[in-house]
Amino acid sequence: MLDKQKILKFLGYKLVRFAILLVVVILLSFILIDMSPINPVNAYISNMVASPEKIAQLEAYWGVNQPITEKLLNWLGNIIVGDFGTSLIYRTPVLHVIGEKFTASLILMLTSWVISGVLGFALGVLAGFKRDTWVDKAVKVYCYILQSAPTFWIALLVVMVFSVYLGLFPVSGGVPIGALSQDVSFWDWLRHLILPAFTLSILGVASIALYTRDKLIEVMSTDYFLFAKARGEDGWTLIKRHGIRNILLPAITLQFLSFSELFGGTVLVEQVFMYPGIGQAAVSAGLRSDVPLLLGIVIFSAIFVYCGNLIADILYNFVDPRIREGEENG
Amino acid sequence: MSDLINVSNISISFTQYVQGLNQRELKVITDLTLDINEGEIVAVLGSSGSGKSLLAHAILGILPHNANLSGNMVYKGDVLTEELKKELRGKEIALIPQSVNFLDPLMKVSDQVIGECADEAEEKEKRAKQRAIFEKYGLSEEVDDMYPFQLSGGMARRVLVSTALLSNPKLVIADEPTPGLDEKSVEETLNHLRQMAADNVGVLLITHDIDAALKVANRIAIFYSGYVIEVANASDFSGEGENLLHPYTKSLYKALPHNGFELTKGHQPLHGEIPVGCPYYERCPHKLENCDKERPFLFPIDENKRVRCFKYEG
Repeated sequence: MLDKQKILKFLGYKLVRFAILLVVVILLSFILIDMSPINPVNAYISNMVASPEKIAQLEAYWGVNQPITEKLLNWLGNIIVGDFGTSLIYRTPVLHVIGEKFTASLILMLTSWVISGVLGFALGVLAGFKRDTWVDKAVKVYCYILQSAPTFWIALLVVMVFSVYLGLFPVSGGVPIGALSQDVSFWDWLRHLILPAFTLSILGVASIALYTRDKLIEVMSTDYFLFAKARGEDGWTLIKRHGIRNILLPAITLQFLSFSELFGGTVLVEQVFMYPGIGQAAVSAGLRSDVPLLLGIVIFSAIFVYCGNLIADILYNFVDPRIREGEENG
Repeated sequence: MSDLINVSNISISFTQYVQGLNQRELKVITDLTLDINEGEIVAVLGSSGSGKSLLAHAILGILPHNANLSGNMVYKGDVLTEELKKELRGKEIALIPQSVNFLDPLMKVSDQVIGECADEAEEKEKRAKQRAIFEKYGLSEEVDDMYPFQLSGGMARRVLVSTALLSNPKLVIADEPTPGLDEKSVEETLNHLRQMAADNVGVLLITHDIDAALKVANRIAIFYSGYVIEVANASDFSGEGENLLHPYTKSLYKALPHNGFELTKGHQPLHGEIPVGCPYYERCPHKLENCDKERPFLFPIDENKRVRCFKYEG
């Protein structure tokens, strides 16, 4: 049984760190945006013609000329009560936009996260097991190519091959263009999801596969692996009983830690596929000076990445018997 | 007593890259000849880090894949091929490793001792047997569910010994089982080995602990710079050492605290420093004419004893 007090202490500590992280992220991004030439008034009127009086009125309304401390306190006061403001480009509350976009992205990220994790782990084990054979070399070459190629370029190649030449999948978008939302079937939606998810998956495979391979080779040269061999265990049994057991936890941890890369990859892939997710919303918000949305996305993506790291930490601290039972005894 | 295993002219070397693509052969064990009878304890005595463990790995067929092995091994009259080793290891030939690091840190002790089971019946049988052996070595039922890091040093030692016994081996290779243990645990470990020999198991004890070797072994093979320079009866290490043959063995015996603490100048030649002739040439007090030109073979003196020295040739 795990010690309740220990868990509470752990979570409390993590909570404090999380609060500090959020404060720093908020302050930094707020200061950066304030220093940048982004002007919400310009974003609001965009291409419309407005008289100087009108602009002055809008500036007063948004408090453009207030000192930064006042602006910050205002905004902080609002987000504490859950008001992230209204998105300037979508003209709806920021939370609403983020909720919708995040759901779309989450499905995309989750599928590719699971697929890349499982596939990468399997490939890594295979390569490590068959070290120095052509299987290993093939896996390595594949991983190095993917590791070194830019994400958007791979995404473009995937579009060219599967959408343009083979015509199997739609080129872009989250749903068919021009269709009403009630007419969009599950199949339509799935068809649009497959290519971006596929691209993200094959990209995510590289790091986890290389890591798993190295870890397995490391485990294969340990004393306990040698002794297991001396006890007559062999081949796949040996890998399964002593190899995978010892690399699974670090591999899963790594996969959770890769949330940030996953998020970064999603931004680029969504951009190429015009997939209406959080990545695309972030890019539009940045390009079109949608300050409330941009800040909102920054906060939520920080939370998202933090969650990944937190899960990795929990796995490390509570699943490994050496740490779990060791502290219980000590 | 009949021969259990005969190891003749074993050499183990590694191919090493030096400066770019230049390869060189790094010989760790050269021309090793040894035999072990049923119920006999033979110790291989050599300094730490001299590659003695590789002999154990060679017999078990678990050398690293960049190692080259040459020579012959015969087990119970059959040539010990890699396939046969694979079949025998963990069954008739068992290893007692050095330390708790040889246990999988993430697997419960009993699970790894019994190994992979094909079905539940087999598992039940093996578990019962494991329990019985653990019981015999004073390991309580709690130990079954412990992870290696939870074992104390003495417990770990007993677990490792029990692991070897689970399969009723005919040959047990104990690789440095004593270093780092207090006197009582050393004695306990040595008793386990004696017990095995009493059950007609052949024991190969690889060690750098001369005291331990002298206490339990019937015969002792002295390892010098990768060569076995003498195989002597344990009883020869007595009196003034007059029954010992090789000058190195003699000086080793005289260097023991209770035999005068006499030191011989020089050091064992390292890999790559070994001269063309006898590896002990530099330090030998009885150099003969051809000692630096030709390397002596391991001459048999009688059924049990051998020595690698021209003085005893013919």
